[in-house]
Amino acid sequence: MRPANESSSAVALIGVAQRFGHRWAIRGVSLDVSAGEVVAIVGHNGSGKSTLLRIVATALRPTRGSAHVLGLDVTRDAARLRERVALLTHDVALYGDLTAEENLRFAARMLGQRPSRVQLEAVLDQVGLRAVADERARTFSSGMQRRLSIARIFLRTPDVLLLDEPFNSLDADGVALVSDLVRQTRARGATVLLVAHDLQRGAIAADRVVAMAEGRFVEDAAGATAPVLGEPVPESPDVLV
Amino acid sequence: MAFATELGRAGAILWKDLTAERRTKANFNSVVAMAGLILLFFGFALGPDAKGLRSAAAGVLWLTVLFSGVLAFNRSYQLELDGNALEQLLLYPGERWTLFAGKLAANLLFVFLVEVVTIPLAGIFYHVAVPALWGQVLGVLFLGTVGFVTLGTVYAAMASRSRAREVLLPLLLFPMLVPVLIAATEATGALLIDDPMGNAGSWIRLLATFDVIFVVASFWVFPAVIEG
Repeated sequence: MRPANESSSAVALIGVAQRFGHRWAIRGVSLDVSAGEVVAIVGHNGSGKSTLLRIVATALRPTRGSAHVLGLDVTRDAARLRERVALLTHDVALYGDLTAEENLRFAARMLGQRPSRVQLEAVLDQVGLRAVADERARTFSSGMQRRLSIARIFLRTPDVLLLDEPFNSLDADGVALVSDLVRQTRARGATVLLVAHDLQRGAIAADRVVAMAEGRFVEDAAGATAPVLGEPVPESPDVLV
Repeated sequence: MAFATELGRAGAILWKDLTAERRTKANFNSVVAMAGLILLFFGFALGPDAKGLRSAAAGVLWLTVLFSGVLAFNRSYQLELDGNALEQLLLYPGERWTLFAGKLAANLLFVFLVEVVTIPLAGIFYHVAVPALWGQVLGVLFLGTVGFVTLGTVYAAMASRSRAREVLLPLLLFPMLVPVLIAATEATGALLIDDPMGNAGSWIRLLATFDVIFVVASFWVFPAVIEG
């Protein structure tokens, strides 16, 4: 792994470990991600990928180690960090009895925005849900719910974008939507950390691919356009770029 | 400006909770039905004696509000647990107290609406006429409800992370509500018979004191409670 440098890195993890009860989900990982870099984290279920992302997003306080994002400590400066970091969670986190437009309006108001109906419809249009803006989220298919959760990301321009299994439930158009989001985020110099089982689906041009197994990094390779994990790795994922 | 933004966030939570409730009415209908049943069953247990029913009315009313309110608090956080919306809520920027303020406002409005239905029912079932000091009775209802809902909102947040939350919430909440319950019941009981001994005032002051303590303490501890 590259040594973590807290001052110049977008994300700097040093010896981060996370325990849930008696189980260690992450066992002392270190990672350094530069600003503007797109890093894909791959691994089997339970390998610790999502936990790592939740630590970076300030949703979890690491049991051990130090985690800095944009030079801010994820525990001490969590409130300031939440202004600049966005996480697309594995769960859609929608309110089923609210319409698509209302779900998006709620997210905007929690972000301190006061968008007009037209602005919200424009965002819904981006994710292909404008026609169902006034329908309850409960009635949506899982793919549509996923698109609506992605629409929340379009409300903001985070410096660090975290995507947890963004391709889940999405059709080809939805996958392209996520890929575009990653490209746009990188184009404006922001950092992207993406967790996925199957990078091939999204054709994500990651700068690095990091493989996790049993709470540890087992491989870190630059350049996602070539096979990056050609050598056999213990417990490494079998579906990679 | 920053404070206005934070208030806007609290308002967003209030709006979201009320919109979801208005659309389904599932919670309101079940809580009002539960309240009606409690009033009815206590009436059966106390017997047909009108004088006995009148003297028990204040206590029964507050117990009814308490038992039915607990259902509402659990439902309030259930909205956030479906689809793991709670984690997303905690990832939005802003102060944690705004989450509490929004939830508290939504729960207060909800319990007040339940009381609008429950109190006339209690009057009918327990043979209680509109008291001469009805304004003060409403004041006691307001103070008692604020104390009860404030604690209920905090403890529901605490219990929401437990799988046994339906059982855990009353176990945690009810012992803490004893002072509010006693003060509210005594004040209401005295005012319903026009306060002949003039002791309602001291109970109301006690109730107001507990409210201040509960509200301040709840805003203070909520950030730690909700982050687990």
